[in-house]
Amino acid sequence: MDFGRRRWFCLAALTCVAQLGACKKLGGDAAPSGSSAGASAATQGVVIGHYASMTGNTAHFGQDTDKAVHLAVDEANAAGGVLGKPVKVVTLDDRGDSAEAASAVTRLIDVEHVNALIGEVASSLSLAGGRIAQRRGIPMISPSSTNPKVTQVGDYIFRVCFIDPFQGKVMATFARNTLKLDEVAILRDVKNDYSIGLADTFKASFAALGGKISLEQSYSAGDTDFSAQVTAVKGTKAQAIYVPGYYSEVGAIARTAKRLGLKVPLLGGDGWDAPELFSIGGDALDGSYFSNHFAADGASPKGKQFMAAFKTKYGQEPTGLGMLGYDAAAVLLDAVKRAGTTNPKAVRDALAQTKGFEGVTGKITMDKDRNPEKSAVILKIQGGKAVYEATVQP
Amino acid sequence: MDIATQKPRWLLRLVLSAGVLAALYAANLGVQAGFIEYVQRIILIAGINVILAVGLNLINGTTGQFSIGHAGFMAVGAYAAAFTGVKLAPHVTALLGAGTLADGVTFNLALLVGALLAAGAGVLVGLPSLRLKGDYLAIVTLGFGEIIRILFNNAQFLGAATGYFGDSPAGLPTYTSFFWVFFWVIVIVVVVRNVTFSQTGRSLIAIREDEIAAEAMAIPTTRLKVLAFTLSAATAGIAGGLFAHMQSGIRPEDFKFDKSIDMIVMIIVGGLGSISGAALGGVFVAVTLELMRDLQQYRLVLYALLLIVIMLVRPEGLLGTREISLAALRRRFRQPERP
Repeated sequence: MDFGRRRWFCLAALTCVAQLGACKKLGGDAAPSGSSAGASAATQGVVIGHYASMTGNTAHFGQDTDKAVHLAVDEANAAGGVLGKPVKVVTLDDRGDSAEAASAVTRLIDVEHVNALIGEVASSLSLAGGRIAQRRGIPMISPSSTNPKVTQVGDYIFRVCFIDPFQGKVMATFARNTLKLDEVAILRDVKNDYSIGLADTFKASFAALGGKISLEQSYSAGDTDFSAQVTAVKGTKAQAIYVPGYYSEVGAIARTAKRLGLKVPLLGGDGWDAPELFSIGGDALDGSYFSNHFAADGASPKGKQFMAAFKTKYGQEPTGLGMLGYDAAAVLLDAVKRAGTTNPKAVRDALAQTKGFEGVTGKITMDKDRNPEKSAVILKIQGGKAVYEATVQP
Repeated sequence: MDIATQKPRWLLRLVLSAGVLAALYAANLGVQAGFIEYVQRIILIAGINVILAVGLNLINGTTGQFSIGHAGFMAVGAYAAAFTGVKLAPHVTALLGAGTLADGVTFNLALLVGALLAAGAGVLVGLPSLRLKGDYLAIVTLGFGEIIRILFNNAQFLGAATGYFGDSPAGLPTYTSFFWVFFWVIVIVVVVRNVTFSQTGRSLIAIREDEIAAEAMAIPTTRLKVLAFTLSAATAGIAGGLFAHMQSGIRPEDFKFDKSIDMIVMIIVGGLGSISGAALGGVFVAVTLELMRDLQQYRLVLYALLLIVIMLVRPEGLLGTREISLAALRRRFRQPERP
């Protein structure tokens, strides 16, 4: 019989891995395990679940947010916790996949017994997880999912960032009223709702303000050659190109524009906000503008304080996503404090009543659709840095 | 065999099927009462993976054609089933009244539409491309998978890049339950098994072993390859429909090239050419990743490492080409036989 060594070895390897996975929380972690279902939240304080893309294409988003969430929770614990008990945050990775996001949220609710959730950065993943949170009656607050559909899932879903239409409108207002542009071309990422959403509102708002869209071109995330699109724009009288995409493609587009001698500024949204933008785009981006949630040099005292704390803890500057991650956690903890209990329904009601909360990205007031009313900033790129240019009110 | 001996066999099968259905229903109740939603979800994902793997194995394992665009067929099935379900539900409810019966009818009609359209896509891709072999076929299927995804990315009525989740903000109805997933697992495993062990299946294996020799034996290779492709696409369509109604929303990104690779991992880990191996591989992929969840971002590293180890110590997969079956077990116990 060939029930030989190799088969046993294989079986042993498999068992090892299973063990590794199962013996997880030996590290003195006080999380309730799956077996003790219904471990009462009252005895263990506030548990916040965070699901994020810690790996995969958008790992950068998840990691930035998670660092800031931990910072907010650490600060709350240093100040004596919430409701007199320590706050604990459980982060699960979804590798940017919606089935994984849904599994992670289910696990956070069923196994980790979280009282509230901090959602994803990417809107489609916040949608996937939010549907489960809504069904299970656990409040969820997304730090930076800007798609309007996210909070439409139901009355347990909140966010601390402004929504896509607002960013498109802000940039259109800025381009038309401050930069006095008459003609702008749009280059959108057709694979990306975010990009499509921003481009649509920009188009409508810019036209409403009397501007003209000279040309609309598209690309897909992952493309590397943009010469066809840039050449097409070059043939028009566009004074700027609105590129509401993510940083990797935007950098490449800027370089292509420079190479082909197209000397107009690029305009964009918060998807540009990553240090990699400058390493990819280089000086080709000088003179471009993008809308963001926050500007380091235009920060409030509270914002400055956060930046200093973040730098001390992690040795790097926080990104806008980090800021929002911090605000999401802070708004959530504030709501728990006001609710006076970790009961999900009470926390939800308190979240809905958030009014004039002083966050690091500005004052946050939840409107009736559970979206915040807050201001946006415009940043200008100069010498490989983003500099605060203006604040646009809602 | 004469009719007299056949009739009781039919009866036996009928009783057996009814028994299986009843057992499935009981298991469904047990699973829903006994497990938390998280565990239930893993079980559902494992079931869907089994369908995907068993279906893909028919092309990649039994027929020996290398297809790496299977996520495309899954996408067709998922979108078709989701869309049909949403449009059909009001009519079925009007006919049957709201309830489990109406949901079940809507769901299965939707799944069948998904399977049919996916099968159609299978014929469409299979006819022109199955004259190609090896790497060339792989590239064509890869291209097809991408074309499908990009089509959905641009289809406004299906939600484009945001994805499709029906008309309500809460998403598609979650019809997918333990009962329906494993009902379809059983149906598909039985169908694929019967095909594999029929004359057609033997011809498919002949194509895998030596296509030229098979052709010389008057086996219509292209026709059979298209048949395998179509059947396999239909199963992926069913899996897609089940996935859509479990996830209550689908987006084109869910059917990336990575998904096709996941399926290939399932069948290679399980054992190319073995139905039970493919099923085992499907469960393996679903469960391993979840078990390693606490390793946080390192779990994908460890997962990859695990795959490398498996391939080093068992290049033929966990089961190789062997099958786990009642007959094989019986044979094992009915020891000393022929010298």
